[in-house]
Amino acid sequence: MRKFQYAMCGLLAIVVLAPFSWLVISSLSPADELNNGSLLPTHPTFSRYQDIFTSGTDGIAGTFRVSMLNSLVVASATTLISLVVGCLGGYAFARLRFRFRRTTLFAFLAIYMLPPIALVIPLYLALANLHLLDTQLGLIVTYCSIVTPFCLWTMSNFYLSLPPELEDAARVDGCSRLGALVRIVLPLARPGIVATAMFGFLLAWDEFLYSLIFTSTTNSKTIPVAIAEFTGKFSSDFGLVAAGGVLAALPPVLLALLFQRYIVNGLTGAVKG
Amino acid sequence: MKPVRVRGEGRFALFLLLPAATVVFGVVLYPVLRTLLMSFYKVDSAMPGSYPFAGLSNYAKVFSDPSFYPVLGHTAYFTVVSTAAELVLGMGVALLLNAPLRFKWLWRSLVVLPWALPTIVNGALWRWIDNGQYGVLNQLLGTEIQWLGSPFLALNMVIVADVWKNTSIVAFFLLAGLQTIPNELREAAVVDGASTWRTFWQVVVPLLKPSIAVVLVLRTIEAFKVFDIVYVMTGGGPASGTQTVAFYTYLQAFSNQLFGYGAALAYLIVIAVGALAMFYLRVLRQNQMAGV
Repeated sequence: MRKFQYAMCGLLAIVVLAPFSWLVISSLSPADELNNGSLLPTHPTFSRYQDIFTSGTDGIAGTFRVSMLNSLVVASATTLISLVVGCLGGYAFARLRFRFRRTTLFAFLAIYMLPPIALVIPLYLALANLHLLDTQLGLIVTYCSIVTPFCLWTMSNFYLSLPPELEDAARVDGCSRLGALVRIVLPLARPGIVATAMFGFLLAWDEFLYSLIFTSTTNSKTIPVAIAEFTGKFSSDFGLVAAGGVLAALPPVLLALLFQRYIVNGLTGAVKG
Repeated sequence: MKPVRVRGEGRFALFLLLPAATVVFGVVLYPVLRTLLMSFYKVDSAMPGSYPFAGLSNYAKVFSDPSFYPVLGHTAYFTVVSTAAELVLGMGVALLLNAPLRFKWLWRSLVVLPWALPTIVNGALWRWIDNGQYGVLNQLLGTEIQWLGSPFLALNMVIVADVWKNTSIVAFFLLAGLQTIPNELREAAVVDGASTWRTFWQVVVPLLKPSIAVVLVLRTIEAFKVFDIVYVMTGGGPASGTQTVAFYTYLQAFSNQLFGYGAALAYLIVIAVGALAMFYLRVLRQNQMAGV
């Protein structure tokens, strides 16, 4: 049994790592070796990474760099805003009783499950009226509407897993409700906040449809859109797309590896309700 | 544990929820209603202006549109096959991750990787792997197959790419469920002489039912909305063979400028997803009542 399990782990490693390695290898293979059927490049090159970091924004490589920065700004700002409003609102769902509590919670969840394709046309027109098309701000505002319901939900579940006695004690000691939340509950909820922030960042980093429709230039184009654009082009060098892909994968992969132990805890809430 | 009603809680709740409500409904409410309205009008350009009222004809058109049924078929096939594969493989991975093995963190880190890879990068990567001329898949298998060259095969290759990435999150969901099952239960079954296989089916699966239900519904919703991986891997081709409902809606609205028709299609997706979501909430409520 044990042997079988370790064999399965080995198989798992191959299945997971093979496509990843192929992405990295392709990004390092010179163009001629990319297309002549060699598995490992005899003359690996870092030139594409160099291009991405140094060349002007009129070419593909430069576009990748600027799009990465756009994605970083948009995903970070989205995560920060959604996390703050999610930490506050989630507490209301977990600990307070008020009218329409269930209905409000369901409304937020319903928004999270809506397909973006159902909102994208009027949102496009609204952003155009506000002169927010092709801006980072336009994307941040839009992304917050997807990431916030998610943060509310996971934070609310996390608060529910904390013992309420501590807040009660703080209140007896003369702490206000808000004071108890900020000074007692939030520090205790740190693992939940970390998990929620990571999930939120990944959600924003991965978003594609809104960015595809709302962005048109390097002003605000995010990295998934830049990669999709050049993947579709007939003549493009996949090695360059692969190098862009490796860089685009770095932030979410590093975050996920770093906070790996929080993932299962973060999901327990979604299963338990 | 039910919170106790205290005077002033309603006001505090309003204070806490107002920022979130502004951020979400301030953005979403107008488009939700506007799309609904648009689905009843014959809107065929992005320009503002008055368009003729069309009643339910946009919705009727969906069902008389000969290209819609194959699209619905692809979506159903994609949803069923990818969700089923992710559930079966995810269960295997979850059991493996829950087993008392050495280097646990290593195996978990491995499983995290595909999940963290952005969907678009994943699609671009598999498009390259499956490339008929230079692709590594043909090199490894010694074949010369145009993996993305024929409609049905291409659809299956998109499923492979989706399953490779999303099995991870299914496995983590199931692992979260598995960790709530006390080890004693399984050990007791083993002591009673039950085989591993029987313990799995008669002890683990019944206790895991809530997690399985939740993961099934969530993955079904995601699969039903699938757009980005299709966009980057095949662009809906060849011969429209990988077009899904969301992708078809995108084409109708943004390539053909049939915004009214696109809005009706979008609302049909909303209705389908809404039905699944209701089911999800019901499962959750049952879980709560069962105290799982």
